[in-house]
Amino acid sequence: MIFTLAFRNLFHDRIRLAVTLVGILFSIVLVAVQLGLYLGASRMITANIDHADADLWVMPFGAKSFEDGGLLMGSRERHQALATPGVEQVTPIVVRFSEWRKPAGGSTRVVVVGSDAEEGAVKPLSLKNGTWEDIKAPDAIAVDETYLKDLGVDKIGDTAQIGPGRVKIGALTSGVRSFTQSPYVYMPLSRARALVGAEGSDLATFHLVKVFADQDVEQVRANLLSRLEGAEVLTKQEFRDRSLRQWLFRTGAGVALIGGALLGILVGTVIVAQTLYSSTKDHINEFATLRALGSSSGYIHKVILTQAGLSAVIGYVLGMVLALLIVVASQSTPLPIVMTPQLAAGLFTVTVLMCAISAVSAIVKVTKIDPATVFSR
Amino acid sequence: MTRKKQAATAARKQSPEPVLSATSIVKELGRGAGTVMALKGVDLQLIPGELTLLMGPSGSGKTTLLSILGCIMTPTSGELTVAGTKTAGLSPDELAILRRDHIGFIFQSYNLFPTLSALENVRIALDVRGQKGYEAARRCEEVLREVGLGHRLRNYPGNLSGGEQQRVAVARAIVSSPSIVLADEPTAALDGENGNAVMELLARIAHEQDRSVLAVTHDPRTLPYADRVVRIEDGLIVGEERRPEGLDAPEITDLTKRRKAHA
Repeated sequence: MIFTLAFRNLFHDRIRLAVTLVGILFSIVLVAVQLGLYLGASRMITANIDHADADLWVMPFGAKSFEDGGLLMGSRERHQALATPGVEQVTPIVVRFSEWRKPAGGSTRVVVVGSDAEEGAVKPLSLKNGTWEDIKAPDAIAVDETYLKDLGVDKIGDTAQIGPGRVKIGALTSGVRSFTQSPYVYMPLSRARALVGAEGSDLATFHLVKVFADQDVEQVRANLLSRLEGAEVLTKQEFRDRSLRQWLFRTGAGVALIGGALLGILVGTVIVAQTLYSSTKDHINEFATLRALGSSSGYIHKVILTQAGLSAVIGYVLGMVLALLIVVASQSTPLPIVMTPQLAAGLFTVTVLMCAISAVSAIVKVTKIDPATVFSR
Repeated sequence: MTRKKQAATAARKQSPEPVLSATSIVKELGRGAGTVMALKGVDLQLIPGELTLLMGPSGSGKTTLLSILGCIMTPTSGELTVAGTKTAGLSPDELAILRRDHIGFIFQSYNLFPTLSALENVRIALDVRGQKGYEAARRCEEVLREVGLGHRLRNYPGNLSGGEQQRVAVARAIVSSPSIVLADEPTAALDGENGNAVMELLARIAHEQDRSVLAVTHDPRTLPYADRVVRIEDGLIVGEERRPEGLDAPEITDLTKRRKAHA
């Protein structure tokens, strides 16, 4: 009967139910979009780090992120790293912001990523058209298809200029977005060195260190740190965290996204609390009657909590349908929204908690019911 | 008199133990200078198998007394014993348990749940007592049939007449077999025919099911059904009359007339 009473109370006033559901729906969509953007941004920021085949990253002291590695390191660090016990392989990569000059005039910033993929360094992810061999052709590069328009090119074979050198689109990636909105341009290491003004040198932004399988990564890191005075050595996870901190928190972007999500939760809680409270107030005589009939206060609380739970489930389903439509629609934009099973489960938990918290005001109201009011109607 | 009624009367004679006993009940309402003494020392006992009417003018304390007897309101002073349990010092939840186990309520405006059917309105009275499932549903149907609503089980209060709604309320009050049924102006919102039907039902509940029924009323149409009439004025019991043994309800038309005749 608790479920029946809660269900009927909820559906008795369709307009109020609609307001409640719109409140929850709005809240879920807002939270889903904000957290989805946060996840999407996180994935963009860490995609290259995640796809690199490295246990440790050696970088100039103070490097802020994958895109902002700072000064280039020489070959000394690489040789010292190679001589460190436990190190299997050290692969240099170059990552630098650079100027892309469009064929039809104008320019934009890009992130040059130079690596020798066959050595296990950073590879262009999700190649859609072309292969790594195509990128190794003279002047060839790979960019993401999403940014073709921004780069002033249309297709494979089109040319442009980065710094002092000409480049030609040799392959296209799909879904490799850049959080900084400066597209990643993948090319072989030597070509990248030439384009960032280090032609013929051994300079690199990062050295990717692979540790022998039977070696302790932490021990190898300690060994590396004792040898490399001017460099930092971070694990993959630490470098991910640092990059995320740089772009999401030092720039304030992540705070804005999380703040938006919290605002969504707050607005949803207030709307649901308001409608639950007014529903309880409207049914207060029925709750007083229940009390007069001898029901425990727990019984009445269960009715209200069931009402809140039903609102949460219906609102969640509707909200998720809309949120998923937005997620799908965002996939072709520079900042796609990500929805994962964990986020969906988290959103459900947030919705249920939000509705449960909303029920508190209604519960406080019924706790103060004077059953004697049943005689004054 | 029917056999059942004779048996009930005989039972009353053998066990006159009151199921509810109120002694020197005082109730003050409000605070400070605005304090009103609604009850000024009321003594009342309810015996199983009796339909008692509590009559008095507006503001005499009828409903306040009913609220106290029903453990809904606590007295300022005095002693109330319900089914052998003294209510003094009990918490609101303990009082709720006492109500749940021993008292059924009937309200002037029925207080039915508009979103629940007649059957569900009765079932909720068992549900709050933790009685669920098929047996509970069967018992509710049985009681609704007893009050003449077997054909209206699935109807919602909005589709029932006032008399039918009050009969649903009666069914809800008795479905858990309470020893005491308290009714607040049960006929006030009903026309003559429906009012009589409800009073007949209450009298039957008292006599055939051996329950104590107390109805607060100012409706003279209810008098023929009473075994006892208690009069309250200005917070005090000012008179009490009892139906002479052997008289069946419908044969008495008005206890007031009888009282006048005696006078």
